[in-house]
Amino acid sequence: MYQYILKRVLLTIPTLVGAAALVFLLMRLIPGDICLVRLGGGGASFDPKALAACHAEIGVDRPMIVQFLEFMWGAARLDFGTSMWSGKPVITEIAARLPISLEIAILATVVAVSIAIPLGTISALKQNSWLDVLVRVFAIGGIATPSFWIGIVSILLVLDISGAITGRPWMPPIDYVPLWKDPIRNLSMVLLPALTVGYRYAAVSMRMTRSAMLEVMQEDYIRTARAKGLVNKLIINRHALKNALLPIVTLIGIEFAFLIGGLVVTEQVFNLNGVGRLFVQAVQNQDYTLTQALVMLTVAVFVFTNLAVDLLYGWLDPRIRFN
Amino acid sequence: MSTTVADPDAIDLRPPLLSRALRFCRRQPLGTFGLALVLLIAITGIFAEELAPYNPTANDFAAMTEAPSLDHWLGTDQFGRDLLSRIIYGARTALIVGLSSAFVGGSLGLVLGVGSAYFGGMIDMIMQRVFDIVMAFPLIILALAIVSIFGTGVQNVIIAITIPLIPRCARVVRSAALVIREVPYVDAARACGFGAPRIILRHMVPNVMAPFLIMVTAFVGQAILAEASLSYLGLGVQEPVPAWGLMLQGGAEEYASTAPWIAIFPGVAIMLSVLGINLFGDALRDTLDPKLRDR
Repeated sequence: MYQYILKRVLLTIPTLVGAAALVFLLMRLIPGDICLVRLGGGGASFDPKALAACHAEIGVDRPMIVQFLEFMWGAARLDFGTSMWSGKPVITEIAARLPISLEIAILATVVAVSIAIPLGTISALKQNSWLDVLVRVFAIGGIATPSFWIGIVSILLVLDISGAITGRPWMPPIDYVPLWKDPIRNLSMVLLPALTVGYRYAAVSMRMTRSAMLEVMQEDYIRTARAKGLVNKLIINRHALKNALLPIVTLIGIEFAFLIGGLVVTEQVFNLNGVGRLFVQAVQNQDYTLTQALVMLTVAVFVFTNLAVDLLYGWLDPRIRFN
Repeated sequence: MSTTVADPDAIDLRPPLLSRALRFCRRQPLGTFGLALVLLIAITGIFAEELAPYNPTANDFAAMTEAPSLDHWLGTDQFGRDLLSRIIYGARTALIVGLSSAFVGGSLGLVLGVGSAYFGGMIDMIMQRVFDIVMAFPLIILALAIVSIFGTGVQNVIIAITIPLIPRCARVVRSAALVIREVPYVDAARACGFGAPRIILRHMVPNVMAPFLIMVTAFVGQAILAEASLSYLGLGVQEPVPAWGLMLQGGAEEYASTAPWIAIFPGVAIMLSVLGINLFGDALRDTLDPKLRDR
């Protein structure tokens, strides 16, 4: 088991190095110069010496290979340097934006799992009933609807409804407060985005739950469980659902990994300062160090979530052995 | 005495196309509804010039943010442009981006996936790692980089959406092709001395068409959604080209409470088209996958 984990962790290294090389090259292919933006912002004139000094300060005047090796050496020590735009340590910049994105991702996952697994299971057990059709329409609607549009429409509804009830349209708070400090203020800010993202997420997981349950319910061991007189609840919870969970857990893991850094559109709609918007700002400002660190963060979350999902397989299905 | 033996290849034992199509409609009513929606959008996109009542890019400052009426069935936006005409032309943008991204991404993924399975060993290992990297790379960053390097426009949006689709198709196709690689007819083709391109393209690719078609159908919907998201962020199609996502970016939020139709109708158009494609895709999957046929 430990050997397997070690082997898998080692296998993540080429992926991380590849992603690092890709983002390093992509950023340098983008035309433009951060120093020109910093010095010449607003059309101001500047001394060419100042430009050279700026290049030397942020280190872009050195050969590419030196810059890349320095970036890799820093990444290996989890030191991503300072932001080329703000001058603050990259870790500080990310740490300020990560909590809100992480909270929305976790809440959306909770929303998705608590809707998808029960509804997907009921839909499979009552196949072709009106309930099944209703659940399937709800699910396919979630996949077909862009989450940013649901966001816009839900903001519109909240404004109209709160305006009609209280006479003054309700607006969510702008600054982020951690959940443990002021739960009401925090939830009033993140609940709507989490529900918006969670609906699509739930829809995808619900379809997977339904199809996995339908497949498992036809297995011989379910028939055996029925034949030996087990109550339906036990058959579904202990025999069917546990076996159907493998693909569902995989999907939930992949979707969760995509949410970290993938919430750009949702953050834009709800005007939230999360990792997604930081990503866009970093690329637009040509902030190499910050973009590189953010890409490494999302890729690391992706590969380690996949690893965690693979390890969960062994717990869910004891037949799976890690060799 | 001589007997004539009919050429077995000349006998097509399958029922005629029309009766197969009718059987599909009877067995898959939701899929048929989806197909009808897709056809409706395709026709709308193809005959946009004939169908649109107004010029989609013409401003009419005398008719700004007008509510739906007999003159403007779906109302007008903040520049007085007719929303129905913009949605009709937007269907064309959505179809061009959706279909080209899905087919190019799917086809490249198909060849790479089958190739990876066929060669195996080191080539397969390296290709898998490359797929890992592209899949883990955030789509928005890739799109931002492509748009920053090549500029905005339909063509670059297609490139940005196509790249992440390639490894996703390759993964699925590879797993199906791994099974086919072990089938005797591939050995037989190799024994006949056929080269790798011929075995991959003529013997393996046709046998992974079922998962491929299912993936490509799903990709069309995903590409339309991705195009809408990128345009909404200002990274996709640019004004004044009519595109559904872009229509939601413009004045949709600003005028949300006073002119909600600006925000509602383009979203409904996106939803209906992706819904149609998904319903058709599900029906196609149920028809092509023998395990799901009776469910």
